Amino acid sequence: MSAIVEIAGLHKSYGTFHALKGIDLQVAPGEVVVIVGPSGSGKSTLIRCINLLETYQRGEVRVDGEKVQRGKALAKVRAEVGMVFQSFNLFPHLSALRNVALGPLRVRGIPRADAEARARSLLVKVGLAEHCDKLPGQLSGGQQQRVAIARALAMEPKVLLFDEPTSALDPEMVGEVLAVMQALAHTGVTMLIVTHEMGFARRVADRVIFMEAGLVVEQAPPEQFFGAPREPRTRAFLQAILQH
Amino acid sequence: MDLVATFFNWRVLRDALPLLLEGLGVTVLLGATSIVAGFVGGLLTALLRLYGAAPLRALARVYIDVFRSIPLLVLLVLVYYALPFVGVRLSSFGAAATALSLVSCAYTAEIFRAGIEAIPKGQFEAADAIGLGFFNTMRDVVLPQALRIVTPPLTSNCINVLKDTALASVVAMPDLLKQATQAQALAANPTPLIGAALLYLALLLPLVRLVGHFEARHRAATR
Repeated sequence: MSAIVEIAGLHKSYGTFHALKGIDLQVAPGEVVVIVGPSGSGKSTLIRCINLLETYQRGEVRVDGEKVQRGKALAKVRAEVGMVFQSFNLFPHLSALRNVALGPLRVRGIPRADAEARARSLLVKVGLAEHCDKLPGQLSGGQQQRVAIARALAMEPKVLLFDEPTSALDPEMVGEVLAVMQALAHTGVTMLIVTHEMGFARRVADRVIFMEAGLVVEQAPPEQFFGAPREPRTRAFLQAILQH
Repeated sequence: MDLVATFFNWRVLRDALPLLLEGLGVTVLLGATSIVAGFVGGLLTALLRLYGAAPLRALARVYIDVFRSIPLLVLLVLVYYALPFVGVRLSSFGAAATALSLVSCAYTAEIFRAGIEAIPKGQFEAADAIGLGFFNTMRDVVLPQALRIVTPPLTSNCINVLKDTALASVVAMPDLLKQATQAQALAANPTPLIGAALLYLALLLPLVRLVGHFEARHRAATR
């Protein structure tokens, strides 16, 4: 089967800082890919390039065969790619329900009643049935992030990007968000997840990618990645973070 | 001479009151017209200034700078007395509304720009990630939030516009101040001017209070 996300020769610099130094990556439909690496390794930048929230100097990204580039088609491609942010980025003036329904209503042109009914069922799915009418500011961090996941799902995306979805959460709320993500995995949606949660990566990933200094150093299925990493740099990274 | 009979002459005030109220109506109409035109124009100018193609952005910036610099009275006189030389002859209401709107538009544009720029980048990114597109992002995400931020300064601007309507008396506009000075001349008594001042206060004090209320609420909400 052909790849749903294809990244070829991706280079990105911020001024003199070379953040991505030639990334090639293919993700199969339905695959769950977890990207790990030290901060500054370029992993967030990489997934932000997929829906062109970051521009890049060289290379190409395709989603379902469609090149992601500036122009009229960009919003259409972006609508196929859901994104969950570290800082949630919910719309603070809209209720949880409206946050989730907005995309389908405006982008897909679904009538409001239908969009909201579907939003409600998605919020039920992420365990927020009683919170539909609350504003983001009235919800805990974990609840907000689950609303954000429902918002991304509402567009029925082909690909879901998670940019450190639990890094801004209090420790006791990490579990509820990871549980929702784990339930999503292997439901057919392709997931690319940047995270520091190694236990989650081991349980849920089909493939773990280790990035350092703008390069993919190693990629392997989780058993092999955590059990018998080949690259010394991967070993050093895993040792450092698994120690505590 | 008796102070009360001079400044607070009830009979003179009663006679002048119909004129004053007529003038107040003109003042409110002129103010409202200029505020609405300035609001719509200011929003569009702010969007051009922020998101337009490079030449339009530059044009918007020049417009904003020029109309924030020029004294309103000078602009008013130019519009009313100079434009007829190039064949543009506006009524006194038209001239006053044009001058007030042009200036209010420039101030409103700067207010909106600051409000839009205060919206966190993550909001734009979240809207982009859904594929909302520029128009929907502005309508559903950015402007509703920006509008809350700019409500106090926008209200302040409305107060300024309403106060500045008094300058329109210079171009023979029968507004509140003009009517009051005429009534004063007619009665040879300054009471109508006092009446006009009180009517201005009655119109504007609540608005000033409203700004204070908005600001207090904003402080409470952002604490």
